[in-house]
Amino acid sequence: MTKTIRQLIAAAVLALPMAGALAAGGGNYDKAPIDIKDTESLQRGAQMFTNYCLSCHSANAMRWNRLQDIGLSEQQIKDNILPPGAKIGDPMKIAMTPADAKAWFGAMPPDLSVMARARGADYIYSYLRSFYKDPTRETGWNNLVFDKAAMPHVFFEWQGEQVLKHEKGADGHEVAKLELVKAGTLTKLENGKANTAEYDKRMADLTNFMVFMGEPSQVKRHQLGYIVLLFLIVVMLPLAYLLKKEYWRDVH
Amino acid sequence: MSKGQTIVENASERAADAARPGAGGKVLEWIDARFPLSSSLKAHVTEYYAPKNFNFWYFFGSLAMLVLVIQIVTGIFLTMNYKPDAALAFMSVEYIMRDVSGGWIIRYMHSTGASMFFVVVYLHMFRGLIYGSYKQPRELVWVFGTLIFLALMAEAFMGYLLPWGQMSFWGAQVIVNLFGSLPVIGPDLSVWIRGDFVVSDATLNRFFALHVIAVPLVLLALVVAHLVALHEVGSNNPDGVEIKKLKDENGIPLDGIPFHPYYTVKDVLGVVVFLIVFSAILFFAPEGGGYFLEKPNFDPADPLKTPLHIAPVWYFTPFYAILRAVPSFFGTQVWGVLAMGAAVVLIGLLPWLDKSPVKSIRYRGPKFKVMLTLFIISFIGLGILGAIPSTDVRTVIAQVMSFVYFAFFLAMPFYTKNDVGSTPVPTRVTMSTPARQIRFAILWAVTIIGAALFAMYV
Amino acid sequence: MSEQKVDAGRRRFLTVATTAAGGVAAAGVATPFLMSFFPSERAKAAGAPVEVDISKLEPGQKINVEWRGKPVWVLSRTPEQLKALPGVNGDVLDPNSEMPQQPAYCQNEFRSIKPEILVAVGICTHLGCSPTYRPDLAPADLGPNWKGGFYCPCHGSKFDLAARVYKGVPAPSNLEIPPHKYLTETRLLVGDDK
Repeated sequence: MTKTIRQLIAAAVLALPMAGALAAGGGNYDKAPIDIKDTESLQRGAQMFTNYCLSCHSANAMRWNRLQDIGLSEQQIKDNILPPGAKIGDPMKIAMTPADAKAWFGAMPPDLSVMARARGADYIYSYLRSFYKDPTRETGWNNLVFDKAAMPHVFFEWQGEQVLKHEKGADGHEVAKLELVKAGTLTKLENGKANTAEYDKRMADLTNFMVFMGEPSQVKRHQLGYIVLLFLIVVMLPLAYLLKKEYWRDVH
Repeated sequence: MSKGQTIVENASERAADAARPGAGGKVLEWIDARFPLSSSLKAHVTEYYAPKNFNFWYFFGSLAMLVLVIQIVTGIFLTMNYKPDAALAFMSVEYIMRDVSGGWIIRYMHSTGASMFFVVVYLHMFRGLIYGSYKQPRELVWVFGTLIFLALMAEAFMGYLLPWGQMSFWGAQVIVNLFGSLPVIGPDLSVWIRGDFVVSDATLNRFFALHVIAVPLVLLALVVAHLVALHEVGSNNPDGVEIKKLKDENGIPLDGIPFHPYYTVKDVLGVVVFLIVFSAILFFAPEGGGYFLEKPNFDPADPLKTPLHIAPVWYFTPFYAILRAVPSFFGTQVWGVLAMGAAVVLIGLLPWLDKSPVKSIRYRGPKFKVMLTLFIISFIGLGILGAIPSTDVRTVIAQVMSFVYFAFFLAMPFYTKNDVGSTPVPTRVTMSTPARQIRFAILWAVTIIGAALFAMYV
Repeated sequence: MSEQKVDAGRRRFLTVATTAAGGVAAAGVATPFLMSFFPSERAKAAGAPVEVDISKLEPGQKINVEWRGKPVWVLSRTPEQLKALPGVNGDVLDPNSEMPQQPAYCQNEFRSIKPEILVAVGICTHLGCSPTYRPDLAPADLGPNWKGGFYCPCHGSKFDLAARVYKGVPAPSNLEIPPHKYLTETRLLVGDDK
């Protein structure tokens, strides 16, 4: 009996990734090279997030002091990241009112607290790297991942300028591709070849931070999970099994 | 005095204690004179005789009880911090996830519990289906069970609105609009359900009230009725043999064993295995690959922006697929709604649709086995189709599968009549054998691999 | 049913061991539920220490700040008011602040760090009303001996300008002095003294 149960669980576990692949579906996004345990990357991401994103986007569910979870001390948060006037226990609010936002951008820039959970890390990582020049847009920028995005290219000084090119793919279908035409401070153009490693790395840091922010307790969740599973499998399971076996010796 | 003597003395003292009514015994006597405590325990636990051949499928009844308790307890704690207000609901869930200590565990227990409730209940229902547990004299057990399933669906549907994300909002919008397609009363009915012309704060507030108190009360009452009816007639078993027919000189069924301790210790083992699966999901995959917590639900509800693809939560997808598969004709789409409703109602009519002289699939003939196999394929297939966007091909497949779903029930009186297998029903229950276990594992493997392949290529 | 001998000892041991392990598990499960009753991060943020700028506080003036949802008074006492304090020692219940109603560094004549600045929780120790500041001397309603202080309108408790309770009133003890410290000469932190 227990053997069959074990087999069953193994089978179910095998089926899960398939279900996951099914759910992810749609959209070909670049895999975001993130590591939620890499506190240095998270700290760099937090710094970028406060400097660039937080001028327009809020993260109302995220408190400043929660940055202690990525290895910053309260003093470091106060000295390096906390905007003037904000308190350490405050959420990451913005000063812009919805009315102002409507006038400037046409809509309130969405709150980013759980954006990584709504869109997925790969989407965000791709989005941040897919801005291109588009004179038809009011901001001068468009995005390959999110067409007609209202957001301007905040990092254009870092990334430089990309333009949209249509190429015939191997199967004859037309594929839209982005090409770097003007290098930024974090990208290089050498003999017509683009090197975007440095910029990509920064965007990965930012994505990493947004994934952390989507669920700040996730590292703790995993840690606790190992303890719980260990206890259940190593202590509870053998005891319950032996107890059942012992009593069921009566049953013939 | 040597150590051995002490132990012997202690043992004899203990024996003497047990013989004369001590303080505890007196309290029990006092209670028993006023409340049937001992007799209820006897009737329902220590001297409730259950067949000794329960197998894997018999874990899910007690597990459903466990999940019900988990949902009620976590639910109570969630209401302490959740705000049933359209302006506050979404952020109050994040407040629970971040600011309330232990809040994320409680919330994930509740969200994982919701899905696991349906996993357990579906398996529990399937058990009844293959062993004919709905057949005479257990018709009412089954009817109460079907009502529990209905209440559970209502409970899950209304609970899903509460996080007030995009899927909450649009899922509710779509389902409530279904009622709008009913003739004559439809449009007014859907407005009445919402309390507004769109799903709004009023809807959220009333769904909250129904989700946290009204439906749970109904659910609890039905669970009590389900158990009382079960204990009146006694449990069925994988052989479909009535163990009460053969009793020893003390009136105890020959194939029965007292629920306590035998099935309590067995259920403890089942609970531990279940908790391992439950914890693995809770701590390592609470989103269930986007099926337990759907991604768009992390976007706050926006009445002006429909998500590209609206899929109900996985446990509703078979019925949703039936809804989509039925085309609208005579200028109304009410047929899909009626079909979806009928798909649930038919489950409750099984006791009267099944004309087979035997209960368990072990002693049934090939016709039932073929129909059941087709039914399982269709049910799982519909579940997968309901979760993904429809295409022309998928719609046709869904229509075929819906047809099979209904044929399984509606044709049952015909194909079950006189459909018995080559092995006659034994007089005594039979125990598990390695051959049966291997067949069981193979069937499971085939089902899961088949489902995965279907999902990948459909 | 049991033809074999039952090993009762083993059975008892396994039952006890499983029950004990189940008890540990139950305690573990109960933890997040019990923890959730403690103040949340939002409550903690709202109850965080409050910074007060006292550079504009005139002698004799009192300002209220909110800390943990309670009014905290910051009162700048005039030299005359300070001088009058020892005069009421005989009329107050706990003249030397022996009850633990203040941090150790405020257990002194003036119940304060700086003699002139009184920081006190403005909640009457009787039933939780907030007393009113009555610096006026010998008013009609409080009698000729009133040397300035706080008067609770709910049940008539009286406190002097060091927030010490008078004898014969319903309030049983002096008003509470919250933990506080000076960040600079003019910046006061209420709620934290470390």
